[in-house]
Amino acid sequence: MQFRKLSVCLAACAALSSFSVHAQVSDDVVKIGVLNDLSGIYSDLSGQGSVTAARMAIEEMGGKVLGKPVELVFADHQNKPDVAANLARGWFDQGKVDMVTDFPTTSTALAVMEIARQKNRVVMPSSGLATAILGEKCTPLTAQWTTNTYALAAGTARALVKEGKKTWYFVTADYTFGHSLEKDATEVIKADGGSVVGSSRHPFPGNDFSSFLLKAQASKADVIALANAGNDTVNAIKQANEYGITRKQVVAPLLTYISDVHSIGLDKAQGMYLSEAFYWDYDDRSRAWSRKFFEIQKRMPTAAQAGVYSATLNYLKAVQAAGTDEAKAVMAQLRKMTIDDAVIRKGKLREDGALVHDMLLLQVKTPAESKAPWDYYKVKSVLKGADVFPPINPACQAGK
Amino acid sequence: MPGGGRRATDETHIMFDIPMQSLLAQLLVGLINGCFYAMLSMGLAIIFGLLNIINFAHGAQFMVAAFLAWMGFSQLPLLLGPEFKINFWAALVLAPLIVGGLGVLLEKTLLKRLYHLDHLYGLLLTFGVSLVLEGVFRHFYGISGASYDPPALLQGGIDLGFMYLPLYRGFVVVASILICGCTWFLFEKTRLGALLRAGTENPKLLQAFGVNIPLMITLTYGFGVGLAGIAGVLATPIMQVNPLMGANLLNIVFAVVVIGGLGSILGAVVSGLALGLLEGLTKVFYPEASTVVVFVIMAVVLLTRPAGLFGKEH
Repeated sequence: MQFRKLSVCLAACAALSSFSVHAQVSDDVVKIGVLNDLSGIYSDLSGQGSVTAARMAIEEMGGKVLGKPVELVFADHQNKPDVAANLARGWFDQGKVDMVTDFPTTSTALAVMEIARQKNRVVMPSSGLATAILGEKCTPLTAQWTTNTYALAAGTARALVKEGKKTWYFVTADYTFGHSLEKDATEVIKADGGSVVGSSRHPFPGNDFSSFLLKAQASKADVIALANAGNDTVNAIKQANEYGITRKQVVAPLLTYISDVHSIGLDKAQGMYLSEAFYWDYDDRSRAWSRKFFEIQKRMPTAAQAGVYSATLNYLKAVQAAGTDEAKAVMAQLRKMTIDDAVIRKGKLREDGALVHDMLLLQVKTPAESKAPWDYYKVKSVLKGADVFPPINPACQAGK
Repeated sequence: MPGGGRRATDETHIMFDIPMQSLLAQLLVGLINGCFYAMLSMGLAIIFGLLNIINFAHGAQFMVAAFLAWMGFSQLPLLLGPEFKINFWAALVLAPLIVGGLGVLLEKTLLKRLYHLDHLYGLLLTFGVSLVLEGVFRHFYGISGASYDPPALLQGGIDLGFMYLPLYRGFVVVASILICGCTWFLFEKTRLGALLRAGTENPKLLQAFGVNIPLMITLTYGFGVGLAGIAGVLATPIMQVNPLMGANLLNIVFAVVVIGGLGSILGAVVSGLALGLLEGLTKVFYPEASTVVVFVIMAVVLLTRPAGLFGKEH
């Protein structure tokens, strides 16, 4: 009898609590939006692979959080801030979207962050990497999840300066991201005792890098740093090889995704140093997740795609723990958590929106060292988050 | 005083703070780009001259030829065995023929229905075709594309003193000047060329003389597309083979055609080469303007000579 009473009570409690929880998920659905480049030059590093990654995270949570279904939408922002802003506005106003992630061009992320702040939604850029996201335009509802230009530059630049490569020349993509990468790398190079002897800005996207590379060659700098991404990096490396530049100078791409190395080929990319937030073959956890991804996508995940998985997974966990999908509460919960999954290790979300976590310094294998397709990197060292992520920018008022 | 002497020569070789060496190097690089502009804009000019079609699919056809070269080299042997490997030289002949053939098919089935309509319809159709082609290749091969090495014969390079010139790039300059020269000769100096030019002026009258105008139009379109194909194969070892490689070039090439004069072969070639050089120079003195300079010149030309530098007013 007693037992029966207890169970009735428990059932009532459960019903009540689930009722109260229901009330706190807006529109009775938690909706994730992947906004990225599905057709342009960044569609291999983000694109459909990011959508797959987000779907994997949702499946891992059982497709539900707080008893409500989790849904996924995605769209192509064509790397244009105005297109991204319009899509996001539609998603927030009519589409019931609670969190938007990816943004392979920083300018698109910046455009959406402001709208999300007004509409009280969460933005988690995974491939939008400029530190501008953490500066003056930062918002309390943004989490730059995977990495940023400073952390990337710090890893690669430090390693090379330490090897005695003191003079640098930049070949920079002429938009927010490229400028940010150049500025952040310059800071690190100077702090470590190196110097920057010059830079050229190339149009984005570019096909022919010959003239910029020849200028870089004439500068006689030890290192030619490529502050660009995707196909621009691929073409620049290819052409640097063609002009025989790689024989006397080191070409250092500051942002390289595994998809880039895949299309350049190991014979041209071998020996290059690079920093990444994630490499599929790092340990058992990363391998297990990546193989699952590979089965669906037929390519190994880039750091950007893996970051979308991690961002989505942790967002959903935070919704679960906070008991609501209200943006401020979810962000507070994310800041409380230690992020540790197949992708991000020892991560702590800072007030300015930077996820500080361990990064990897990698070197591209020689064709002989590579045992299988996608076996491209040697892990040279693990870079502690505190050493490579930038200090909080005083211009960011998010925490205040 | 060897040191003092050297300083003096260095000074004489410096112009506006830019060392002579790098100026020469940039001009050469500009010339190489100019060769691609010239080859592509020549194809466009030929097609426009006879068909009155603004061939927006030109960039996509250039890309398809590049992909065919890459597939023949690295995909076909995987599918059918190593004896089916198609090397660069074979691809340089085969890919333009295949792309030109596809062009003939396009003309026979779709384009020929549009001749009596406004230019705009041809432009829309070919634009649509280029979007479809790009979409198909993006679907199957992704956007990063693939690398293709120059043929063994043309690997390495020569030290010119002012720069290290990759042999292959030198080959591109020679090959494209040859191709442009031959095409010019064909159109301006042969009987076939005379017929084609007559067809441009007054097709009805020419048909009355017993010339098979529809066949001539079809073959001309195929030929123009084939030129895009040759440029595409020549570009594979330089650029990453990817679905957007043609689209990136096409904007500039259209400006080149407008500057040279729509329909003028000589105009297309000369302005292609000249604009390549000019772009190279801009990259030395003010790199930020290098993407706009061609369009600024286009605007100036349109204002002062609306028919282009070499075009005839109708």
